[in-house]
Amino acid sequence: MKRKSFALVAALALVALTGIQAADRTKLSWLQWANEPQQKAIDAVVAAFEAKYPIDIEFDFKPGSSEGENLVKTRLAANDMPDLLTYNSGSLFQVLNLEKNFVDLSKEPFAARILDSFKSVVSAGKGFYAIPYQPIPAGGILYNKKVYAELGLKVPKTWKEFTANCDKIKAAGKVAVIVSYKDDWTAQLLLLADYYNLQAAYPKFAQDYTANKAKFATTPAALRGFEKIQEMYTKGYINKDPMATTYDNAQTMLATGEGVHYPMATWVLASINQNYPDKINDIGFFAQPGDSADKNGVTLWMPTNISIPKTTKKLDAAKKFCDFFVSAEGLAAYMSVGAPDGAFAIKNVKMPDSLFPATKDAIAYINANKTAPALEFLSPVKGPNLPQICVEAGMGLKTPAECAAEYDRDVEKQAKQLMLPGW
Amino acid sequence: MSSLTSKLYSYKFFLPAAIVYILFFLAPTFLSFFFSLTIWTLSDWKFTGLDNFKIFLTEPQLNIGLRNSLIYAGATCALKVVIGFLLAAFLCTDLKTRGFLRSVIYFPNILSTIAVGIIFSSLMHPSKGLINVGLAAIGVKGPDWLGNPRMALFSVVLVDVWKGVGIAMTIFIAGIMAIPQHYYEALMIDGGSAWHKLRYITLPLSRSSMNSVIMLAFIGGIRSFDLIWVMTKGGPGFTSDLIASIIYKQLQGGFYGISTAGNVVLFIVVSIIAVPMYRYLTKVEVDL
Repeated sequence: MKRKSFALVAALALVALTGIQAADRTKLSWLQWANEPQQKAIDAVVAAFEAKYPIDIEFDFKPGSSEGENLVKTRLAANDMPDLLTYNSGSLFQVLNLEKNFVDLSKEPFAARILDSFKSVVSAGKGFYAIPYQPIPAGGILYNKKVYAELGLKVPKTWKEFTANCDKIKAAGKVAVIVSYKDDWTAQLLLLADYYNLQAAYPKFAQDYTANKAKFATTPAALRGFEKIQEMYTKGYINKDPMATTYDNAQTMLATGEGVHYPMATWVLASINQNYPDKINDIGFFAQPGDSADKNGVTLWMPTNISIPKTTKKLDAAKKFCDFFVSAEGLAAYMSVGAPDGAFAIKNVKMPDSLFPATKDAIAYINANKTAPALEFLSPVKGPNLPQICVEAGMGLKTPAECAAEYDRDVEKQAKQLMLPGW
Repeated sequence: MSSLTSKLYSYKFFLPAAIVYILFFLAPTFLSFFFSLTIWTLSDWKFTGLDNFKIFLTEPQLNIGLRNSLIYAGATCALKVVIGFLLAAFLCTDLKTRGFLRSVIYFPNILSTIAVGIIFSSLMHPSKGLINVGLAAIGVKGPDWLGNPRMALFSVVLVDVWKGVGIAMTIFIAGIMAIPQHYYEALMIDGGSAWHKLRYITLPLSRSSMNSVIMLAFIGGIRSFDLIWVMTKGGPGFTSDLIASIIYKQLQGGFYGISTAGNVVLFIVVSIIAVPMYRYLTKVEVDL
């Protein structure tokens, strides 16, 4: 009997203690990508927020890319959503049935601070449903400035100039273009970053493509993307063992100058900075060149976002956090750990002078208004097998025309599954 | 106890297992038969008939999985049966290190498949992996195990056999140990050699364990997923995709309808192959 009553008292005491703690601070749960290069910056914002408000944020990490997307969709179906959610913007986000599952933020006071171009990629109907969580990544070609200086090369403005530079680099015994096909998502960049050039040649491509009126195989400007990927292979510019090279290996090669060009977006700069802080200033960025020098611009990827699922019970706390994140204070905390690697999708942000050279290069294009959003933000149609099809092109397994036709069939499957009109 | 009571009594024991079986196996199986005929998302569904099956079976990116799964299952089954049998016959003789060797060969089977996949992926790196470094030391240029589109599937077959031969061997050992000694004694009297022992006594009398190994290895091979996923993700391109990895990719792409249809195809393929195979194999069994 003594043991039983002691246990009872101990249990009651524990409950009372936790009860007292909970009454002081609210707890928000945040489902976040694991291994985010931006995580240090996010932690700084969270720390500043927790110091200012009686709200704690608890992270729940999920794996990246498609495994994480599956996890979110499963939890959505099981009604097991957290208070805050990190997710990709654009069509991937919009298929989650935003009006039904997420809180509309368009009436909030902070809504005015967010760029309209960002709002359009997280919107459904009349409202928008998420805030931007990182600087805007720009897709193009990262290059090693040291090697460029050594070999006396200039930033190319046309594709011909680019391949001429690659020839010179190859002759000097270095790898002209790094490819990391073991992480097959990286194979898509050369195709997707070409969208600026595609849009310059064919402005209505996105609409016609969504309505099944234009296809990759029959649009020469779109076919160029696959041709460019295969050109790297046939001209011998790529590193050896491309199928065994990972995203991390590629960053090492770029930082050390072993490889000179890496087709990628600026989101990689944060992790290069983490691993090679002394080499980050050797890295520059230029937009993927098209066929003429006056039509040269970057393709932008709208940043990942933070949204509030409707099932949250702590709506005010969650909204407070979103407001803080896009405020001047929040951004200052974000930038306190290091220079951001791109412009923010928020109005009137004062950028520090310590930006990476590559970031400054990318922002120059944004300021000159030579930008286009990536195709996946203008059209919900994006076939899931694109990474592998790009690897097939990049390893010379199929001709560019065959790859384009394959991708068109892949896209057709997806459009039918999404029940889009016209397919 | 009257016969009626005893009949009801036995059904009551069956009931809990039956409920679990129906709820978690039968019901989802029949539901998936239904949903494979629709396009469905988490919120609604639309009936489309056999479209999903048509897409799954005609798309080259998808039906390569069917072909590859059959090759994978056939190759792993054949290798496991042959190597497992020879190892078992060898390890049933009087060896001092018999117990130790049996444990060593069985050991890979208890490792996590994902861990094995990750380790072998790095061992098979074309220039820095230990396998090719070792081959280079003896002057042989090792191939690009996982990057060569023609080799990738077979490299994974080899890893699967390395991992699974232990279980095949164990089943064979059980079968061989059950063979009565008087057959071998008769052979010795008639003046037979070790080869005769293996070919005319051990082999025919291990038919039943061979059947088990063939069935397990083949069905396991057709359904295999984790090793391929960790080592190649179906790459390079689509050359090492199996049915299971294709189904998973369709799921990732949000094509729930096609993915369910793929699962039904897998179910049908396994049934079509397993049932006649089982009947044929048991017919050829020899009674001890």
